[in-house]
Amino acid sequence: MTTAAQSRSPGLRMLSPGQISTLKAVLFALCLIPAAWLVWRFFQQDLGANPIETITHATGDWALRFLLITLAVTPLRRLTGWHWLIRLRRMLGLFAFFYVFAHFSIYIGLDQFFDLQAIANDVLKRPYITVGFAAFVLLIPLAATSTNGMIKRLGGKRWQSLHRSVYAIAIMGVIHYWWLVKADLTEPILYSLVLAMLLGFRVWWRNEERKAQLAGKYGMEGPPGVKLNQRIIPIKSQ
Amino acid sequence: MLIKRPNDILPSEITPPEVYADRRRFLQVAGLSAAGLALSQPTRLLAAQSGLPGPIAKSPLSTAEELTPRKDITSYCNFYEFGTDKSDPAANAGRMQTRPWTVKVDGLVGKPKTFDIDELIKLAPLEERIYRLRCVEAWSMVVPWVGFPLSALLKQVDPLGSAKYVEFTTLYDPKVMSRLPVLNWPYKEGLRLDEAMHPLTLMAVGLYGDVLPNQNGAPLRLVVPWKYGFKSAKSIVHIRLTDKQPNTAWNDAAPSEYGFYSNVNPDVNHPRWSQAKERRIGDFLKRPTLPFNGYADQVASLYTGMDLKKNF
Repeated sequence: MTTAAQSRSPGLRMLSPGQISTLKAVLFALCLIPAAWLVWRFFQQDLGANPIETITHATGDWALRFLLITLAVTPLRRLTGWHWLIRLRRMLGLFAFFYVFAHFSIYIGLDQFFDLQAIANDVLKRPYITVGFAAFVLLIPLAATSTNGMIKRLGGKRWQSLHRSVYAIAIMGVIHYWWLVKADLTEPILYSLVLAMLLGFRVWWRNEERKAQLAGKYGMEGPPGVKLNQRIIPIKSQ
Repeated sequence: MLIKRPNDILPSEITPPEVYADRRRFLQVAGLSAAGLALSQPTRLLAAQSGLPGPIAKSPLSTAEELTPRKDITSYCNFYEFGTDKSDPAANAGRMQTRPWTVKVDGLVGKPKTFDIDELIKLAPLEERIYRLRCVEAWSMVVPWVGFPLSALLKQVDPLGSAKYVEFTTLYDPKVMSRLPVLNWPYKEGLRLDEAMHPLTLMAVGLYGDVLPNQNGAPLRLVVPWKYGFKSAKSIVHIRLTDKQPNTAWNDAAPSEYGFYSNVNPDVNHPRWSQAKERRIGDFLKRPTLPFNGYADQVASLYTGMDLKKNF
């Protein structure tokens, strides 16, 4: 998988620390563009007749997009062999949190204007808000444990299993969007397909790894008396 | 909580009949003197220039609340045939041809008729009606419609005693409209006959003194101010009187969310969002929603004995 990319552009596989820093700075600026664009439109009074709705929707859209972009890092890294991509993932994840936090704050502050009773009713009674709120709450520990110090403190394995909850959070994000749409499901379907692809890649890849492990254990012949393919089927369906 | 709500029509808002009559006489004498009108109504487009037959009388049924800017009314629209974003109708509805246009009125009527739109507009004197409009999405506007009461149109066709409901069918032209199957096209709406005959129920043909823009439902749109905005069938081509409750597009699409009556009732939540408050377009804070969108004094009696939580 990595060989094609490797042989064609070996330079892309490895980046110097300087190149990584430049890349991070550029990426940081890029990630800020949607927020800056909203602020600019706010001052230009270009947010339409219902500005609060516009910024609520825009920050929600970008939260979902950044979650998906973050989830695309691993598949992209494997497909291209660009291992430095992993160095950018934390920033992308934190920007996902930034847009989710903005989305949530705008709902609390501008949409509901801190009407705690109305907010509590929404969270308890309206499933799309319940699931969106839960996704936001679940993202907080991930954002809080994003530092190197926290990785050390938690230990790599525990940190990793905690951060795998991002899969569930992304699913909740898409459900939140799906359930709030009145009639035209085109966009929620699009997000669902992208998410299914990103998660599907991981499932497929784990299966391949199991196959490889099995092949490694018994050799290419498979276990004695059993053809490899036959042996694999029951494991796949587990 | 005590909600102190004054009558919708303050005595001070009602034009005394003699003043009203005087104005008519003045207009008759002066004709449509542009200068005269310009002096009396400097901020409005003149009827003579607007493409609507004048004069346009001011209705005592108007609210005195501050108007939503025309730009917002014409750019923030739900007209799903042209796309589901609020900005889509303004971008796409220009492709719709509103002339020639006919409206067929039939069903349980003595004199079914197909009206040409230009004939229809002259059927009754046009009035400006400034109404509150509330969307189930919890925003609202104040809109200066120009139109005539639906009852004036229905009287032309002699409804039969057996007629109980009115069904509205709107244009669906896939050549100019989106083909997204988000609702069952053509869009249908319905009213009970007494709701349809109510003096507040308006057939709008204009906005802000001018011809109705396409995105707002040109050339003919239903306006029922005490109901949610989705009762406002836009670009109507067919009106049918029937003895059975008609299907309506939103009720077909999501029966648990959109009922036939769609009366604004702050105590009945849309299943997915609260209806207790609304944001008036242009406002920062939300305001409490009024029963029947503030028209309770005029229309609550239509629903005596009905459970409007069931018949939402």
